[in-house]
Amino acid sequence: MAKEMVLREGEVDVSHIVPINRQSAKDKLRAYCNKPWSFVLFILIAVATVLAIGAVLLVLIFTLIQGLPNFSADLFAWEWTSSNLSMMPALINTLVIAILSLLIAGVIGVFAAIFMVEYAKSTNVFVKIVRIAAETLAGIPSIVYGIFGMIFFVLLFGWSYTLLGGAITMAMMIMPLIMRTTEEALKAVPDSFREGSFALGAGKLRTIFRIILPAAVPGIVSGVILGLGRVVGETMALMYTAGSVINAADPSGLMEQGSTLTVYMYMLISEGNAYYGQVWAIAVVLIILTVLINGLAEFIGNKLKKEY
Amino acid sequence: MQNQAEVAAVAEAESVAKIHVGAAVKEIGMKIVFAIAAVVFVAAVLVICIYLFVRAVPAIGQVGVFEFLFGDTWLLGSGYYGIGNLIVGTCISTVGALIVGVPIGLLTAVFMAFYCPKWLYKFLKPLTNILAGIPSIVYGYFGMQVIVPAIRGMVGGGGFNIITTSLVLGIMILPTIISITENSLRAVPKSYYEGALALGATKERAIFRTIFPAAVSGVMTAIVLGIGRAIGETAAVSLVCGNVPQIPTDLSMPFMTLASAIASGMGYSSSGFPLEVLISCAAVLFVFILIITILIMLLKRKSR
Repeated sequence: MAKEMVLREGEVDVSHIVPINRQSAKDKLRAYCNKPWSFVLFILIAVATVLAIGAVLLVLIFTLIQGLPNFSADLFAWEWTSSNLSMMPALINTLVIAILSLLIAGVIGVFAAIFMVEYAKSTNVFVKIVRIAAETLAGIPSIVYGIFGMIFFVLLFGWSYTLLGGAITMAMMIMPLIMRTTEEALKAVPDSFREGSFALGAGKLRTIFRIILPAAVPGIVSGVILGLGRVVGETMALMYTAGSVINAADPSGLMEQGSTLTVYMYMLISEGNAYYGQVWAIAVVLIILTVLINGLAEFIGNKLKKEY
Repeated sequence: MQNQAEVAAVAEAESVAKIHVGAAVKEIGMKIVFAIAAVVFVAAVLVICIYLFVRAVPAIGQVGVFEFLFGDTWLLGSGYYGIGNLIVGTCISTVGALIVGVPIGLLTAVFMAFYCPKWLYKFLKPLTNILAGIPSIVYGYFGMQVIVPAIRGMVGGGGFNIITTSLVLGIMILPTIISITENSLRAVPKSYYEGALALGATKERAIFRTIFPAAVSGVMTAIVLGIGRAIGETAAVSLVCGNVPQIPTDLSMPFMTLASAIASGMGYSSSGFPLEVLISCAAVLFVFILIITILIMLLKRKSR
């Protein structure tokens, strides 16, 4: 039984007007007929999205298809020989440089963020200068870092190519990233935490280390993990600081040279097409590492984050 | 008795004061440590600046500023150090990357912000993060092995050319453009969009005529950051650009960028005067990036 519409005096019949959030496909089509350009834009949006997703999937899937069949136990042997071309030493070098640079950049980045958020007023001239410096560091291309690291550590300090020089160069590169993510994490801690701590008689330092930092840990850790991703993916900044030997034998100490995974891949590529399979295999390892690192950062950043 | 109590009270007061002094010293000491950490950022920029330019300025002086910046012959081994063609190459590859990356990136950002169903978003957002995280050398190798032969088949020549480089760089700047544009589109108050719809605009008209103008500084920041990434990209570009220091006259010709010139130069001669010239190239690149950084800061100030 249809409900009969009775219009009182002064009322307007609104039954034919469709609410904007309840349009059917037919309504949309009618609107598009009146505004063909909107339809063209809609098609463009769809095409662009498909292209973007297609490009990513093409890179990922093609690399997997090319790389996975080339995996072998040889590629993960502990000792590098000219016949097995093992990537294990390079993986270990990557790990060593990553741990070192994250330690350095982590301490400096987190401390600087504490200063910027907890101590300094945001109108302070010094804070502005630090912010400009961080922005500049974040923008410098990796090859410029590489050339600088070579001038500074390799030539000026006379270290020659060393893992330590590479790690310090990388630390400079990821400091801004860690500072920014830590700043955001600190700002997300509600002021009531600080006030509560002060009210209980804790000093500023105690408040920071006992109350604020523990609450901000997920954000800080996910920033550090993103920094790890940068180190794993970096080629040029490490090539001229940590060295680019193709026989990536395990260096015996921090003051010796060694190539990371990306540098090793670059060296194999520049040897020509002979190592086609191995290079694709390394690319797969790099992509797996990227996916793992991103997933971990996302998990820690979102899942462990408490709602205050 | 009274005297003894007095002494005890004084001693207690003294020890309390000592604790307070100790705590105050610790507080101030740590504040200084935190401040030093912040100073490290400024020091790092200054040290990079100083050491690059201390080596670059005399070398550029020796070559001659004009011959260095506008010279059209780059032959590191034979003493020709003109980076004019390399600067043109850098500009070409950057513009190419923008032509590929900006339209696709902006439209994809619109999709992510306004059209994407939730289940798809859960899949797309991590995908753009992964796209941003894939090492540039992997993109370079993919370009070299997949895009180069494809383009060679289409336009002939070696396949190492402007089209290939633009495609590779365009894909590489996509995640930067998508995520920053998406954030700035989402930051526009919903009432703008709803107001436009209520006035009878279609969804697309509402987005492109009200949201985009409101988010323009964020969109510009995204594009400028993309430019920054494209200018400095080395590992990928040096594998696909062909490394011929010439000004290409059509899209299928190889060329060379500043960054790829440094990379290939370092492979051949990493000592003596050629090294100083390569450092000078890095200094020029650094100046480009400084200009980009200043642009970004101006854009951010405008958006406030």
